[in-house]
Amino acid sequence: MSPASHVPATGEVTGVQALDNRAGSPAEAPVLDIADLRVSFRGRRGGVAKAVDGVNLSVNRGEIVALVGESGCGKTTLARTILGLQRPESGEVRYLGKALDYRRRALKAYRGEVQLVLQDPTGALNPRHTVYEAVAEGPRVHRMDDEPGRVARALSQAGLRPPERFFLTYPHELSGGQRQRVVIAGALALEPKVIIADEPVSSLDASIRGEILALLLKLRDDLGLSVLVVTHDLGLAWNIADRIAVMYLGRIVEVGTTEEVLQSPRHPYTRALLSVVPEIDQIEPVVLRGETPDPSRIPTGCRFHPRCPALADGTAAAHGIADDCVGSPLNVLPATGGHRAACWLAE
Amino acid sequence: MALLEMRDVHLTYSTAAGDVPAVRGVNLAVQAGEVLGVAGESGCGKSTLASTVLRLYPKSARVSGEVLLNGEDVLTMRWGRLRAARWSEAAVVFQGALHSLNPIQRIGKQLTEPILLHDPTATPKSASAKVRQLLDHVGLPTSYVDAYPHQLSGGQKQRVMIALALSCDPEVLVADEPTTALDVMVQAQILDLMSAVARELQMAVLFISHDLSVLGSTCDRVAVMYAGRIIEEGPARDVFDSPKHPYTRALSAAFPTIGDRASRYAPSGLPGDPPYPADLPSGCPFHPRCPDALPVCPTVDVKLRHAGPQREAACVLVGQPAAVE
Repeated sequence: MSPASHVPATGEVTGVQALDNRAGSPAEAPVLDIADLRVSFRGRRGGVAKAVDGVNLSVNRGEIVALVGESGCGKTTLARTILGLQRPESGEVRYLGKALDYRRRALKAYRGEVQLVLQDPTGALNPRHTVYEAVAEGPRVHRMDDEPGRVARALSQAGLRPPERFFLTYPHELSGGQRQRVVIAGALALEPKVIIADEPVSSLDASIRGEILALLLKLRDDLGLSVLVVTHDLGLAWNIADRIAVMYLGRIVEVGTTEEVLQSPRHPYTRALLSVVPEIDQIEPVVLRGETPDPSRIPTGCRFHPRCPALADGTAAAHGIADDCVGSPLNVLPATGGHRAACWLAE
Repeated sequence: MALLEMRDVHLTYSTAAGDVPAVRGVNLAVQAGEVLGVAGESGCGKSTLASTVLRLYPKSARVSGEVLLNGEDVLTMRWGRLRAARWSEAAVVFQGALHSLNPIQRIGKQLTEPILLHDPTATPKSASAKVRQLLDHVGLPTSYVDAYPHQLSGGQKQRVMIALALSCDPEVLVADEPTTALDVMVQAQILDLMSAVARELQMAVLFISHDLSVLGSTCDRVAVMYAGRIIEEGPARDVFDSPKHPYTRALSAAFPTIGDRASRYAPSGLPGDPPYPADLPSGCPFHPRCPDALPVCPTVDVKLRHAGPQREAACVLVGQPAAVE
């Protein structure tokens, strides 16, 4: 199997397209707009791992988008590239219509507006810093005024009330849910427009999970925040997301509103993911064999074809597309324009 | 007879700050070929409970009750007998499994070691044949005997850990959060593997997880723990689908059913934090967080009550005549 080239035909993909009016305000440009983004890493033996291999994605003002996929699918690399921590090989990250400027000063200003919330709050907080110090760090780096007021406001927005009571506490004195709230407060102190949350509840207990998700919803409603949630938890997406993008091996393979993607999935991969969610027992579980394959050897044709249940059970052959699945590359899905799946069966 | 049985097990840690009762009177039984799930939040005592099966708790801990492995009490075993029982009669798949493998030893060597230690008739040759068979059993290529742990993915390492636990043909398997760090798809593969192995080898499995939804679909029965006690027990699917205890209801609601309009944009949680074991609330320890608490709850410490066929729950609201609808 040789690595397939995935140069899209000209005109196939354009960055900004007709705006999605399902969420946010349809009149304005998306807050975040990712256009044909590609990121690759060079391996030691000359191999090239295409971690992000052509991604279009947009997040509107006040919209919560869930980016769903297995480990190794490139979702964290995508999040890092959006934050400017990783330079793309080609393509653009546009913030409020403008391409990301990688000069130091511009990047610093950008990072004040687009904030990251990580998975493990215990690891994200310095155990020797008080809650006040943890939340004040961002405003200090960005030389913002009224530090105590900002910290108090952020803590209270994150649901730690009264904020003054938490100023001098240390992370070990807090519960897991409270620690995650401190991490979120640290992001809010900079008054960001976008929060990128990487598995925000996966290390938290079931009873706390709901509270943190409710907090993200409330922040969206109160502050008009846009949120990109990176997760493998489809239940989380059902709880809070407006739209879902399913990522597989560096590409988005299905995108649409939460209802569309979760209730009438078109891509066999999305269907397989849904079938192993323990709460759904009407569906016969399709447990895919193996794990996400190696991004340095992306299969030809549809990148999912070696694991695809629809190809294996002959559904693809019955539709006369089995050869396409194995041999013809699929188009990169556009960022907007409704429910789409990158699958020959859905074409 | 149950392969694993616990009778009124208590475990109290002695710390500088005083006694911490982590497990406060647990009764349970697991039959051959049965998977019993134990669910609960962090700090509820579920890992401590697991540690009693092989007496893995610290020396300073005070334990009472009985933990019967095939009828024999682990808590009173002599040291030599306990050493023999560990791994060959009951084995554990640990929580941090991904870090439990020795990074500088080949997989084959790590799997061979317990076999040679526990089976006096084993030769290096027979052990190596057994290792290949084990790898095959957990769905790994036998060529992995020569691999180092860093060459494997998370799911593959977890499979090695399961093979390791099966290496001495134990009758009882304790799995403490075996899939927590894994992806959905890999988690599904591992859960499938564990339940298949349990049934095929007729083992008794104690499966510990914080994720009630995972237990609901994998186990035969589920016990839900809160503050060191079992507060609900019953057939897995029933407990998840129609919980009787308000705490189980909150846990179950935390995992939404996709397609259920009621949970759309309405994540469900449980306010408050689990109580600190050394400082438990009076009466029912759940009453400060309970949405259905009655005035009597702070004063009565409810024991498990009959709550339908094969069901038990520790709540004053359970088992009383339905006075009002």
